[in-house]
Amino acid sequence: MSEWQPSALQQERLAYRRRRTVRSGVIAAVSTVVLVGLLVVGVGSTPGWPRVRETFFDVERGWEALPVVAQGLWLNVRVMLVCAVLIVVLGLTLAILRTLRGPIFFPLRIFAAAYTDIFRGLPLLLVIFLLGFGVPALQLRGLPNQAVIWGGAALVLTYSSYVAEVFRAGIESIHPSQRAAARSLGLSHRQTLRFVVLPQAVRRVLPPLLNDFVSLQKDSGLIAVLGVIDAIRAAQLETAEDFNFTPYVVAGILFVALTIPLTRLTDWVARRQGWYGGGGGPV
Amino acid sequence: MTLLSLRGVRKTYGANVVLDNFDLDVEAGQCVVLIGASGSGKSTLLRCVNLLETVDDGVIELDGEDITDPRADADRIRSGIGIVFQSYNLFPHLSVLDNVTLAPIRVHGVPKAEARSRALAMLDRVGLADKATARPDNLSGGQQQRAAIARALVNNPKLMLLDEVTSALDPELVGEVLDLLRELKSDGITMLICTHEMTFARQVADQVCFLDQGRLLESGPPSQVLGQPREPRTQEFLSRIINAGRL
Repeated sequence: MSEWQPSALQQERLAYRRRRTVRSGVIAAVSTVVLVGLLVVGVGSTPGWPRVRETFFDVERGWEALPVVAQGLWLNVRVMLVCAVLIVVLGLTLAILRTLRGPIFFPLRIFAAAYTDIFRGLPLLLVIFLLGFGVPALQLRGLPNQAVIWGGAALVLTYSSYVAEVFRAGIESIHPSQRAAARSLGLSHRQTLRFVVLPQAVRRVLPPLLNDFVSLQKDSGLIAVLGVIDAIRAAQLETAEDFNFTPYVVAGILFVALTIPLTRLTDWVARRQGWYGGGGGPV
Repeated sequence: MTLLSLRGVRKTYGANVVLDNFDLDVEAGQCVVLIGASGSGKSTLLRCVNLLETVDDGVIELDGEDITDPRADADRIRSGIGIVFQSYNLFPHLSVLDNVTLAPIRVHGVPKAEARSRALAMLDRVGLADKATARPDNLSGGQQQRAAIARALVNNPKLMLLDEVTSALDPELVGEVLDLLRELKSDGITMLICTHEMTFARQVADQVCFLDQGRLLESGPPSQVLGQPREPRTQEFLSRIINAGRL
């Protein structure tokens, strides 16, 4: 078998494609430089810019605030991790409750439906206020009264209702023929759910699920309203000293830096799902 | 000995009567082939026998037990019947081996090591020993269908139900599945088969049943039903099949 050599026609095509690629790169670079230049010039030439730069983008002040804000962020991270575990457990339980058949489970189905309806509708901030200020005010013995716990509880209650719906959508997306195959082998309803439906459903909803956790990561900053010293609150305290808002910008940058890896992970998982074939095909 | 017996079975979807006063007996070790146009009730019949559908009237007895009794334990009854579907319905998240061992381990309580060796033996029998660790997605249609047959057979079912198991296959893959079914027939496995493969039906069937609009219109040995059909509708159906080049 002789070594394949591209024909003259093919070589000409390849050369043309290479030229196009170079041209596209040049156009992209020029348009980016022009746009960024316009933005810099545009914003920089506004009359208030020197003042804004001083109050929001003071590099020295930013460095100064960084350790305190980062320490606050560590609390956000811990709250987020603990809440994420509880949210998955509670969300999955709610989703399974809604799929149960049989009259004995009627109250549980109704409970799960009402729960998701209510907590998906209630603004998160309201739930945080209700739990964070309302529950400790009851002065019940034995209940913790740290704001961080009640703030975390509000996150869990709200997010588990979203996550429950994501799981339920996944469960319902599994084709009935999969259940039929499992039941025909003698697997019970529960075994079918456990070994056939859930493993496929969870794989399929992983990208939207991770999306919810990206969102949770930044919403964990809302517990600052209860006075918990997280990244946002730490920035607020810093700001209160000299009315320089740079610490807020620092907190914002840290939150973005934290969510970017998770966002990339979500993209990667979603691409892998496409490769895996979830969502398509007769099954 | 009569293994499966249907008496006056009726099944409707709304106003659509899919099975109408249906009677059928399947003797142990027999191979009964159901033929008929799409919508004549063949698949519904199999789904009713496997309790994937609830009958609206009549009695289905398996081994003398009324399985249509709502008090019957449906999971236990299903575990004694193997069904193979037109579109395979393998579990895509499990390897071929795990597809086959799922029911033995979870339903029949077979220890894992034994279930594994039994499954490997069964995969060897259907010619898929080298595909045990593969995912169903990476198999050809014929291989997937043979894996599905292995998944049903590994539980030693009293009865095998096969629902147009070659209809979704490319023509050149049909042969490998039909060859496997011929082997099962010679092993004496009781089978109830829906198919459009008339040549195959003629070779393996002990009894051919022609269904028309939910009724059993004609049944008997293949030479009679496929060779000299009595009913005009059977003749019409077969002539259409012949015209389509399937017989």
